Amino acid sequence: MDTAPFITTVLVPALTQGLVITLQLIVLAAPFGLLLGIGIALGRQYGSRGVSVLCKLYVIFVKGCPLLLLLFILYFGLPSVGITLSAFAASVIGFILCNAAYNSEYVRGAILSVKDGQMVAAQALGMTRQQTIREIVLPQALRRAIPGLSNEFIYLIKYSSLAYMLTVIELSGAGKLVATKYFAYNEVFFAVGLVYLALVSITTAAVHILEKKVAVPGLIS
Amino acid sequence: MGPDDIVLRVEDIHKKFGEKVVLRGVSFSVKKGDTVVVIGPSGTGKSTLLRCINQLTPPDMGRVFLHGEEVTNSGAKISYFRQKIGMVFQNFFLFDHLTALRNVEIALLRVRKMDPKAAREKAVYELDQVGMSDWADHFPAELSGGQAQRVSIARALAMDPEVILFDEPTSALDPELTREVLEVMKKLARTGLTMVVVSHEMGFATSVASEIIFMEGGRIVEQGPPHILMSDPAYPRTRKFVSQFADLAGQRKE
Repeated sequence: MDTAPFITTVLVPALTQGLVITLQLIVLAAPFGLLLGIGIALGRQYGSRGVSVLCKLYVIFVKGCPLLLLLFILYFGLPSVGITLSAFAASVIGFILCNAAYNSEYVRGAILSVKDGQMVAAQALGMTRQQTIREIVLPQALRRAIPGLSNEFIYLIKYSSLAYMLTVIELSGAGKLVATKYFAYNEVFFAVGLVYLALVSITTAAVHILEKKVAVPGLIS
Repeated sequence: MGPDDIVLRVEDIHKKFGEKVVLRGVSFSVKKGDTVVVIGPSGTGKSTLLRCINQLTPPDMGRVFLHGEEVTNSGAKISYFRQKIGMVFQNFFLFDHLTALRNVEIALLRVRKMDPKAAREKAVYELDQVGMSDWADHFPAELSGGQAQRVSIARALAMDPEVILFDEPTSALDPELTREVLEVMKKLARTGLTMVVVSHEMGFATSVASEIIFMEGGRIVEQGPPHILMSDPAYPRTRKFVSQFADLAGQRKE
């Protein structure tokens, strides 16, 4: 096998296609995973007793369930109750559910770290509960949650490869197909690994810039 | 003095936390422009009394009126009353993620829904009133305790309150920082701001108060103008409390 044509005509096109799918999975899952995570954290902390218990149960359930099992339920299990999802949709939904559960824990921890007195002061100024949460609690909590949330985003980059188990040919899957076809496991998987490493490195750098941008003296530095 | 002069009226406030009775029927009223200083031993319910006034701690019994309108049991209208009743806390409670200027501005924007330009101008003006305009762009963590407390006073002032409640505003500060905060409060008292101040600063009470209220055990023991309460109190308990401070001051001079 000649290496140069293999890389340019086989490997790069295949991995590029896979990478596009991986990026689609991440770009669709991450924002909703973040929003749902914030919602669950707020529900647990400020919701009525019922809402709080529901949010807690959700987190317990998702944290206790292997992601692969969650994906199988969404893709293979739901059709029997009349909900049929494409492999791609099932993957994105599974990632959102998983991502949100862990994100909610980081956000909740950060909410608890906001000093109570500031909420009292906000109320004393006439702010409503919602205004206090939106203007005072969340801006501080989200800043403090950045390290945890970015960690979870990095996990998402890597566990997006599980979509391959639902037949979504994302980056890892594309690599696997090429590797099997050409019996070039080490070369291909090394190349795939480099792409993940690049994605994670870019994320880490971006988070670093974000943290600098939103830094507040005494809050996070 | 007509009833119109009464800004704040507190009627028979009772409060207990679990089994512990903190307030046992406290009543007083504050006239426009007055500075009422509440003194008394620690744990006698002074801070709880202030929190009962703006309903941060709803009282079990009793009523509070602002210009004759009932603040207690006011439901959603409590936000309106809290805008009119400013509060300054012992530990400042500035918003950590906002600059001094934004701390003063935020309630103007979000609660009073002021136009951004007008809110900015007002915030700058109020910071100037407390001598903090040079620090407008600094965050709370970058301020000394005295500076932070002055910003929190500006934050309360910005809402144009009818009365400001000060909950031991200098207790977390060393003597030097205490002085800079008290100077600001004296200036506000002179400009006719109505204030209720819980404080252990006897010098401030004597020189600024229109009336001193001595509280103990959840009740008002005695109240009156400072020259009477400080020099010739009617009750032995007040006499003892006040004389302790006189002793302290005497020792300091030696």
